[in-house]
Amino acid sequence: MQLTRRMKIDEAKKYVAAKLGISVLDLSNEEVMCQVREDLDIGVISGPAVATKGVAARCRIAKLLDISIHSVNVFKEKLNAPLTPAA
Amino acid sequence: MTEKFLTRMGDGERVSLTAAEIREDLEAGNQDAADRGKIPALSADEIDQLFAIVTDPNRITGVKPGNEVITTDDGGPNMIVCDKPDGGVGLPMGYHNAVLAFERLCCADTIGVGHYDYSCKPVKSLINYEKQRYYMYSQAVTAPLIYGTQPNLGVYFKPDGPFPNATELIPEGKIEEGQRAQEAAAEALTEDLIYIAKELYSAGCDGFNFDTCASAGDADFYASLKAVEAIKKIAPDMAIEMGMASEFILGMHSEIEYQGKRLAGMYPTKQVKVVEAAGADIFGMAVNVNTSESFPWNLARAVTFLKATVKVASIPVHPNVGMGVCGVPMLEVPPIDCVTRASKALVEIGKADGL
Repeated sequence: MQLTRRMKIDEAKKYVAAKLGISVLDLSNEEVMCQVREDLDIGVISGPAVATKGVAARCRIAKLLDISIHSVNVFKEKLNAPLTPAA
Repeated sequence: MTEKFLTRMGDGERVSLTAAEIREDLEAGNQDAADRGKIPALSADEIDQLFAIVTDPNRITGVKPGNEVITTDDGGPNMIVCDKPDGGVGLPMGYHNAVLAFERLCCADTIGVGHYDYSCKPVKSLINYEKQRYYMYSQAVTAPLIYGTQPNLGVYFKPDGPFPNATELIPEGKIEEGQRAQEAAAEALTEDLIYIAKELYSAGCDGFNFDTCASAGDADFYASLKAVEAIKKIAPDMAIEMGMASEFILGMHSEIEYQGKRLAGMYPTKQVKVVEAAGADIFGMAVNVNTSESFPWNLARAVTFLKATVKVASIPVHPNVGMGVCGVPMLEVPPIDCVTRASKALVEIGKADGL
């Protein structure tokens, strides 16, 4: 939120906590956040083998937080580009 | 016998100071910042809080639950694979693995990557390699990936670069020639920064870190500000962090201005305003450590600058907390007692938005 919307720390934490449906205090509670990240499948440090990671996780994070992430946009552009070769 | 507390000097030497000596140093550092920066000094309560942090009997300390902040990184993976001169530990692993290790073992909030030679000028000639690298890492990591480089105007002067060397011209009394040389070099630097940022943006770069801005003085800072201004137009979705080299902008040129404001002599409260005006998203304040003064002195000084800067800033402020900056002693392996105390003080008293 700081990178994409220049939010100061308190505002950023409130925003993310609201989107995740948890308290601000729980943002840094490992017990809560590991479960939240696993349930939302947005990337977790020691997740299961098939848990979403990398740019796919960032796609989900962008949707969850309602923000535009450039690398996600570039990825989607490539994904959705037509298969027809250029003339 | 008067109780003494373990602390350190700015060069990392461990010393024992009495409570009175610590308080004296806290006040002196606080006042030094207030006088130089023409900013409010910390209150008596805040000095008491600093005293409690510095004299905490434990080896490490931390913020209270709820006060945690994020970190924006300027080269964690570099530290894993680079050699001693870059403060690295020289692990024989590929950079890609270093990036993943930094994300997953060090639990990084953001990941900073860059060229081994961490300056802007060398990156230009191998930009395709950097785009490849950025793109590949970006597919694999979940945390935001920030590309960092130092503007480093110094390498644009002879013998490393094409422009006459201002540091040779000025002592010879050739002031105007020195200024012209800096202006020309600054223009080249701005062009290179824009080129690199534009290319990386096409590879999906989410964030760009201008590291140690103004290391070569006011012309260096000017070049970076002009670059940020242009980059924000061509790469609107790429966040830019401007991390500074020092709390004071050296007047190597002395007359260069940005949007009507002279850059030479600026302290952080003024630096952040021109950084905002250029369009940057995060301000990385730096306050250099005086190795002859104590950790309490240096920490109080940094916190005083930070508190005043955060108050006037409309963008997040992330003070640099590496060796030799914002209170952390100048040691290649920064002592964890000082790093944790500095972090706590900068966040809880200085109100940093991140580190």
